[in-house]
Amino acid sequence: MLRMPQFSLERPRSLAQAIALLSEHGPAALPIAGGTDLVPNLKHELHSPSVLVALEHVPELHGVRVLADGALSIGAMTRLADLALHPEVVARAPALAQAASLVAGPQLRTMGTLGGNVLLDTRCQWINQSYFWRQALGFCLKKDGTVCHVVEGGKKCVAAASNDTAPALMTLGATLELEGPDGVREIALDEFWVADGINNKKLGQGELLVRIRVPQQRAGHRGAYGKLRERGSIDFPMLGVAVRVDIADERIRDADLCVVALAARPLRVKRVGETLAGKPAQGPELETAIEAVAELAHKQCHPLPNIPGDADWRKEMVPVYVRRTLLAALTGSGPVHHV
Amino acid sequence: MSARDLHGPGAPWGEREPGHRSNDAFSVIGRPLRKVDGLAKATGAALYADDLVLPGMLHAKTLRSPHAHARVLRVDASAALALRGVHAVITGADLPIKYGVIPWTPDENALAVDRVRFIGDPVAAVAAIDEDTANAALKLIRVEYEPLHAYMDPRESLVRTEPAIHPGKPGENGNISKHVRLDFGDVDAAAAAADLVLEGDYTFHGTTHAPIEPHCALASWSADGLLTLWSATQITHYVHRALARVLELDPARIRVVQPCLGGAFGGKSDPFSLEFCVAKLAQKTGRPVKMLWTREEVFYAHRGRHPMQLHYRTSASRDGRISGVDAKILIDGGSYSSFGLVTTYYAGQLLTGPYDFPSYRFDSTRVFTNKPPCGPKRGHGSVQPRFAFEVQLDEIAEQLALDPIEIRRRNFQGEQTRTVNGQRITSNGFLQCLELVERASGWKDRRGKLPFGRGLGVAGSMYISGTNYPVYPNDMPQAGVQLKVDRSGAITVFTGGNDIGQGSNSVVAYLVAEELGVPVEHVRVVAADTDLCPVDLGAYSSRVTFMVGNATIDACRKLRAQIVGALAEHWQCEAGRVRLIEGRAIDTGDPARSLPIAQAFHIAEARCDTLGSTGSYNTPKLGGDYRGGTIGASPAYSFTAHVVEVEVDVETGRLTVPHVWIAHDCGRALNPMLVAGQMEGSAYMGLAEALMEDHDVNRYGLHAGPSLLDYRMPTAVDMPELHALIVESLDPEGPYGAKEAGEGPLHPVLPALSNAIHDAVGVRLRHLPFTMPRVLRELRAAGIDRRARERAKPARLATPPHAARGGAR
Ligand SMILES: Cc1cc2nc3c(=O)[nH]c(=O)nc-3n(C[C@H](O)[C@H](O)[C@H](O)COP(=O)(O)OP(=O)(O)OC[C@H]3O[C@@H](n4cnc5c(N)ncnc54)[C@H](O)[C@@H]3O)c2cc1C
Ligand code: SF4
Repeated sequence: MLRMPQFSLERPRSLAQAIALLSEHGPAALPIAGGTDLVPNLKHELHSPSVLVALEHVPELHGVRVLADGALSIGAMTRLADLALHPEVVARAPALAQAASLVAGPQLRTMGTLGGNVLLDTRCQWINQSYFWRQALGFCLKKDGTVCHVVEGGKKCVAAASNDTAPALMTLGATLELEGPDGVREIALDEFWVADGINNKKLGQGELLVRIRVPQQRAGHRGAYGKLRERGSIDFPMLGVAVRVDIADERIRDADLCVVALAARPLRVKRVGETLAGKPAQGPELETAIEAVAELAHKQCHPLPNIPGDADWRKEMVPVYVRRTLLAALTGSGPVHHV
Repeated sequence: MSARDLHGPGAPWGEREPGHRSNDAFSVIGRPLRKVDGLAKATGAALYADDLVLPGMLHAKTLRSPHAHARVLRVDASAALALRGVHAVITGADLPIKYGVIPWTPDENALAVDRVRFIGDPVAAVAAIDEDTANAALKLIRVEYEPLHAYMDPRESLVRTEPAIHPGKPGENGNISKHVRLDFGDVDAAAAAADLVLEGDYTFHGTTHAPIEPHCALASWSADGLLTLWSATQITHYVHRALARVLELDPARIRVVQPCLGGAFGGKSDPFSLEFCVAKLAQKTGRPVKMLWTREEVFYAHRGRHPMQLHYRTSASRDGRISGVDAKILIDGGSYSSFGLVTTYYAGQLLTGPYDFPSYRFDSTRVFTNKPPCGPKRGHGSVQPRFAFEVQLDEIAEQLALDPIEIRRRNFQGEQTRTVNGQRITSNGFLQCLELVERASGWKDRRGKLPFGRGLGVAGSMYISGTNYPVYPNDMPQAGVQLKVDRSGAITVFTGGNDIGQGSNSVVAYLVAEELGVPVEHVRVVAADTDLCPVDLGAYSSRVTFMVGNATIDACRKLRAQIVGALAEHWQCEAGRVRLIEGRAIDTGDPARSLPIAQAFHIAEARCDTLGSTGSYNTPKLGGDYRGGTIGASPAYSFTAHVVEVEVDVETGRLTVPHVWIAHDCGRALNPMLVAGQMEGSAYMGLAEALMEDHDVNRYGLHAGPSLLDYRMPTAVDMPELHALIVESLDPEGPYGAKEAGEGPLHPVLPALSNAIHDAVGVRLRHLPFTMPRVLRELRAAGIDRRARERAKPARLATPPHAARGGAR
């Protein structure tokens, strides 16, 4: 087995303690939630913290609540397995429940948290490897090296955002509640991302993700998540498509579509709302409109050879999964997954 | 020699009647019993190599080459040695003697002496107080390399000679590992006279074993200079010999033990670097030393399925009879020989059944490349040619408008016959296999009639039950067994056989229980310990049940004769009347006279001597009378037929396999549950290779993903319903008629899948693996897209799928 590097483990009992510990140790400390992303990365020597701050016993990070305004407030430490089955989440944010149900495999969902999933490090076939392997490669921009092996001559890391829940949360208009040494702030998930594979999020030093807020959706809300992967379990997405469709009077009022596992940040396919708005919720006119959205997504999405899986083929899968996931949302039959 | 000659009169098995199961005559054989180590494994009590801990034990780690091909100029370990907690560092200079599992091709060093040949080749090893210290020491070792041109494409190795990966004799291309060409009959004349000649190229990619337990070895020296090595190996005996050679020790001072093993599939059938390293480090430090490889290191050690580029030309008459097969095969061996000499032969020698063809030629070349070395993986050497040939046979059936099962029937070679390359065929249940899968899959009603995108495909195969070729020439038995009787009624069996999870220890226990009339729980099996057990050559070539099984029966018969003789004297009756059965000794002439078995043992011990016996098995003289004619010569061959059902998603290229029907002639199912397990496991492994697995290097020569995340193996949710249909042809020479079941049932699944895809969408896939991108590309090239379903001929929609499926499940 690959060895775990040495570190000391802190187990704070409150949010204030956790934040204090992170401030005290500075960049030498990292928070750990379920550890299902962090632990493999530690074993691959992608980080070498001297202190890990375990978030497990921080009460403020736990619990799923429905707020007075109908919004869902989901603690960052909510386990994906619980999230996927939570009746309020299933009812109010089906795309999110579906995405959570397809992360990794059952054991990892039992440990892995929503907060950890939102904050998942980007992934690349040239980086998620052992130190020996990366050394034989000559390293790369993201860690220890100076070149990129995905984009020749590239000066920017394009490792792929690979978190299944991110696009679902974006279609739902989620916001993040962050707390750090400088206090509490709230940021729309849309604003949180940066197109940089080395660090694709605006999380301040020592800052913790406390809760995720999913606003009350409109009546007639439909959502679905589609995930392309080779195996029926375990694997990260080769493409993730999240859809929101709002229906009123048998017609589509608004829609949104976000994708993941293409570039350094999750992306929104543009002009989906305009294309679908006003269309009937079934029939040939809808089919034509869905084709048009699939075409839009095909044009706007450019998979790179960052994660495993033939990039040209992944591009061809974009319209297929967009079409299937839209249909699933409209018919309430998601998630779109092959098993 | 028939089974009766081998086992003597009164052997307790039934008469040979096709289709008739005579298991009623048995107490133990044929029953779905639990494995003898089943509970220990299920509860976690079983001890694997890494579970072993000795006082003062050190941990060792390996430094590996970051270059695909380079000269090693200098290794400086002084800083590593100076690190606190480091006890020893060894390099190639400490273990300069070369070894290899095949004695004719010793080309490996435990640690690189002057050259590294792939990324991951071992260069140095460190022993330290713990794994972390050993790892830290690795980073302090300075190695100076001079990089050389690295070969990634086997076609380049064929033609380019400098630099040579294994510099050979002057004038020889050191990049060629082995070349074999054998001609039987006149294939060219057959082609000239044939009604149909079909020619085509096929590709088989690389795949690996990925057993759940990584390699691990622990060495300890006793005060009086005896070396004991516990190792996760499937070839204890060969490791024993290799250790003596490389460490320059008298083999009488070495003991090799295989603890409980967590899977092997051929991946533990070479002597490996870590075994020599821990032995040497233990010698140097005077302390026990253990090394456990990481998953990544297991991928580097590899020895998995050879990638092959195959060209076949098959000639046939109008009625579908094959008149000639002409094969040319390029084999990518990776960086070392391993079993490569045998692989190169097997690639041709094992194709000559279950079909008869009067002329055959094969021309196989194995070359070296700078990649992890290939070796024997379940179905060694013959899975790749079988894929190509069975797809080509389907193409012939298509061209001649014959049913694919019918063409296979027409070419059936029969039983008690000889193949074109001189191999002796004894029992052969292939026709029953075809019949079973035909019926179970609803073939007649469904093949060619399912809706567009769904299809059925068939393929057949044969495989060896061991070979009569021990890897080093000798006249001693291939398998030996020793029995010891305790006054309690318990019997201990000592066998060199390696139980690698396939259940060989269980089979030995069942045989002893059956033969000597004791309950299975009273049989203890001590296996794979060179100090305690008679030699068996190892768990490879599907030889253990057949050979160790026969040796066990031989030992039992000798012991039984003593016990029965003593009881006959005791009861004053004829020996023929005495039976040992279900815990008792009985006088069948006077059933009132019966004794608990332990008492029977007491009587025998008092009259004879301390009770015990030995038994052995050696193959009869087999094989063709030509160089290489014994390679692939087996005392008995197993036969298999599969039908695969597939659904093709023409939008994504995804193949979904809902069902595989596996019919396998295993001679006799000594335990049908174990046989079915082997059949299902084989089909799983083959299907995994076809659909997902791809063992390859990237453009830098680095392993493309040495982890169980990136090397995709199907999970439980990815697997089809596997239907194991056992055929028992009762082989005249197998133990109670048994033949192999562990490797044969892998072969047909890959070509049957390709043939099913053709039935589903009319496209022939000749190049593995059938990953989604490749399938989609081929579908597009054939003009098939998501509108193809609507365009499909209405005739194909004739039978509603669910109606047809009912009978098949
Ligand atoms: C084999 C395998 C397959 C996987 N497949 C998938 C997949 O299909 N889809 C997918 O999306 N993911 C997958 N993952 C990744 C991972 O399991 C999930 O993303 C999971 O949700 C991560 O959550 P965690 O709690 O384990 O995160 P951790 O590993 O604990 O943390 C992840 C990162 O977030 C930081 N962090 C965590 N919580 C907080 C917080 N509250 N505030 C600030 N920082 C925080 C940590 O410091 C770390 O950098 C897979 C992982 C493995 C090992
Ligand atoms: S995209 Fe991949 S190879 Fe390029 S810098 Fe990022 S992690 Fe490294």
